[in-house]
Amino acid sequence: MINISEVIETNKMIEKENLDVRTITMGINLLDCADGNLDVLCQNIYNKITRLAGKLVSTGEEISKEFGIPIVNKRISITPIALVGGSACKTSDDYVKIAQTLDRVAAELGVNFIGGYSAIVSKGMSHSDELFIRSIPKALACTERICSSVNVGSTKTGLNMDAVRLMGDIIKETAELTKDCDSLGCAKLVVLCNAPDDNPFMAGAFHGVSEDDAVINVGVSGPGVVKYALEQIRGASFEVLCETIKRTAFKITRVGQLVAQEASHRLGIPFGIIDLSLAPTPAVGDSVAEILQEIGLEYPGAPGTTAALALLNDQVKKGGVMASSYVGGLSGAFIPVSEDQGMIDAVVAGALTIEKLEAMTCVCSVGLDMIAIPGDTPATSIAGMIADEAAIGMINQKTTAVRVIPVVGKTVGETVEFGGLLGYAPVMPMNRFSCDAFVNRGGRIPAPIHSFKN
Amino acid sequence: MNKSIITVVGKDTIGIIAKVCTYLAENNVNILDISQTIVQEYFNMMMIVDMSAINKPFEQIATEMSSLGETMGVQVKCQREEIFDKMHRI
Repeated sequence: MINISEVIETNKMIEKENLDVRTITMGINLLDCADGNLDVLCQNIYNKITRLAGKLVSTGEEISKEFGIPIVNKRISITPIALVGGSACKTSDDYVKIAQTLDRVAAELGVNFIGGYSAIVSKGMSHSDELFIRSIPKALACTERICSSVNVGSTKTGLNMDAVRLMGDIIKETAELTKDCDSLGCAKLVVLCNAPDDNPFMAGAFHGVSEDDAVINVGVSGPGVVKYALEQIRGASFEVLCETIKRTAFKITRVGQLVAQEASHRLGIPFGIIDLSLAPTPAVGDSVAEILQEIGLEYPGAPGTTAALALLNDQVKKGGVMASSYVGGLSGAFIPVSEDQGMIDAVVAGALTIEKLEAMTCVCSVGLDMIAIPGDTPATSIAGMIADEAAIGMINQKTTAVRVIPVVGKTVGETVEFGGLLGYAPVMPMNRFSCDAFVNRGGRIPAPIHSFKN
Repeated sequence: MNKSIITVVGKDTIGIIAKVCTYLAENNVNILDISQTIVQEYFNMMMIVDMSAINKPFEQIATEMSSLGETMGVQVKCQREEIFDKMHRI
């Protein structure tokens, strides 16, 4: 039988160490909504999402009350809209109309984000894919709750450099169209390589074509819990360190598994996966950077950071896979800059640079995330940055992503405020040398060889 | 059996257990086990209860118990047992 110290431990994790379930994300397949007529398509989308996710928010709240665990976000991910809208949309503005429909559904259902305003163009880009991608800036500027992603490459297909180049322009345009709110649109737009089909975390969430008609995916979190556990074993060897992280990750994930099964049961929708990510928030004590500091770094970015992050990421997975029957999504430690107070402090202190962040992305999920860069950064440099990240993903068979915000009118030294879970960020310096001739070549980078690993 | 865990945490005063138990009796909640400790002058109590005979929604019981706690200056939480069971048992 459960004893009092176990009960106290669990409740302390929730009350003092910010343990929460970060998101219950319902994935919904919209392929059966497709229609040649745009209005019919929008109506079909509206009807299907409302029918399946009508009770998502209230069910989440019920579960939260009964178990006494906060469930921070209730969200929806959908089939990439470039696939769903292909037959009805003849112009980019047609796609924007779908975005507005999605935004309306999200507001009515009370979900804070709906992800899947996406296109998968890993190898080639069809005409309708391109129309879709060109609609992204406007769609993000005229909606509140839409998250957009574009997958530009994979280990199996190589990198679509035309799409990479185009995304440089799209990010700049999105920044320009949302310049009145510090280019906030870019915080909801991510460029991926090897994007998973079942990721519950925004902005990269979409419901892949390999998925069930509807599915419940859950993202757990709890950097604060890991940090607290590590405080208790200061100075101990790596063996003890790894064991502690693993045990803590197990406990955190078990809560996610329980919530996922309950939600799946109550909504009558199959359980998909648990995403084992350590996702920070701007709240003090809810930071991945603070874990790295607790492991022994003065600031993230110091020598040893990549190794510390690698072990953290690996132990979280080792503990988590034992705790859940299905693990998927991104599953690792997130290192967004603006959403993590410890990372912001490291940037301000001069310890952390974009180049070091890039190295860190080789060993963790996901990529260069929530980084504010000067507004005058050329589109080609952003494309170069995307190409670098995507190459890391392609070669190492992992998901990587870029979510950078070229803040219009701001430069290094200034701060950008996004608000809420998106936090705030100091504008970071970019390498100022050109890669124009490289990214303007056109075509694609071939898929890598899967042997001779060195 | 529909097991839940009730925890009471706060400054020790007279009659905490009495009031909580009275409320539980009035609402058809059966107490299976009680344990209690004082940690740094703070009163920590845990009850394992069976809620299968309650005639109010679980949420309402949880809210009412939390307000009952407020009148005594303590925090009362009522949570389903599975969250603890899953976390601490393989």
